[in-house]
Amino acid sequence: MRIYTAESNGSLRLSFSGELDHHGAKPAMKTIESLIDEHLPRDCIIDLSELSFMDSSGIALIIRVNKRMSDIGGRSWVENPCGQPLRVLNASGIDRVVKVLAKT
Amino acid sequence: MKGKYDMTNTDYIKIEFTSRSVNESFARATVAAFAARLDPTLEELADIKTAVSEAVTNCIVHAYPGVIGTIWLRARIIGDRTLEILVRDSGIGIPDVKKAREPMYTTGGDDRSGMGFTIMESFMDKIKVRSAEGKGTSVTMTRRIIRRSLPL
Repeated sequence: MRIYTAESNGSLRLSFSGELDHHGAKPAMKTIESLIDEHLPRDCIIDLSELSFMDSSGIALIIRVNKRMSDIGGRSWVENPCGQPLRVLNASGIDRVVKVLAKT
Repeated sequence: MKGKYDMTNTDYIKIEFTSRSVNESFARATVAAFAARLDPTLEELADIKTAVSEAVTNCIVHAYPGVIGTIWLRARIIGDRTLEILVRDSGIGIPDVKKAREPMYTTGGDDRSGMGFTIMESFMDKIKVRSAEGKGTSVTMTRRIIRRSLPL
């Protein structure tokens, strides 16, 4: 898994690619938390358009990012999930907690 | 000729590996490679990989917390279209299986979502969990693969 990051005007965009499982989630969360601490963004966008696989470890990661962002008074949401990651998001019911913007 | 001892109808693989998280992707890729002979759709294959990932992650995180143990995995084809996957560990066991299967329930802290069993249940047709405290846990999951083309 790889995470590409871009920061501009108070928006932190995290673009995930490859496969997100428990093995990758832990180091990823560490990296993301330090990025949030460093930039203190207003919005954090979790872009899943290039993610090919995700399991419930990804759900935990998204919830943690969301919590971290609300702790600093910001927002976070998920953008462009497709295929298998989208079905995992749907099965988990995460959209009751975090906004999910599917590809249009 | 099909006799009493004929096992050709039971196609299977068995693997064992250590409970290191790097083996999560190995386990799901291996099962996917085995399941490919059933000519599944990409979506069916992704569902199977997801369920394997959840079951193996449970062993790594919950069965063997802070230690490295062994995980056994068997995949077999029942009849001609049903894939059965068994994931077994000899870890600490689950004190309350019913509770563990509830959505959002986890003992794994905020690294875990508590959605593992829920996802296995929604991506597979059937799942059975057997656990004994101090002895280990086994998860058996089945999924019927729809036939898309006529056999040659």
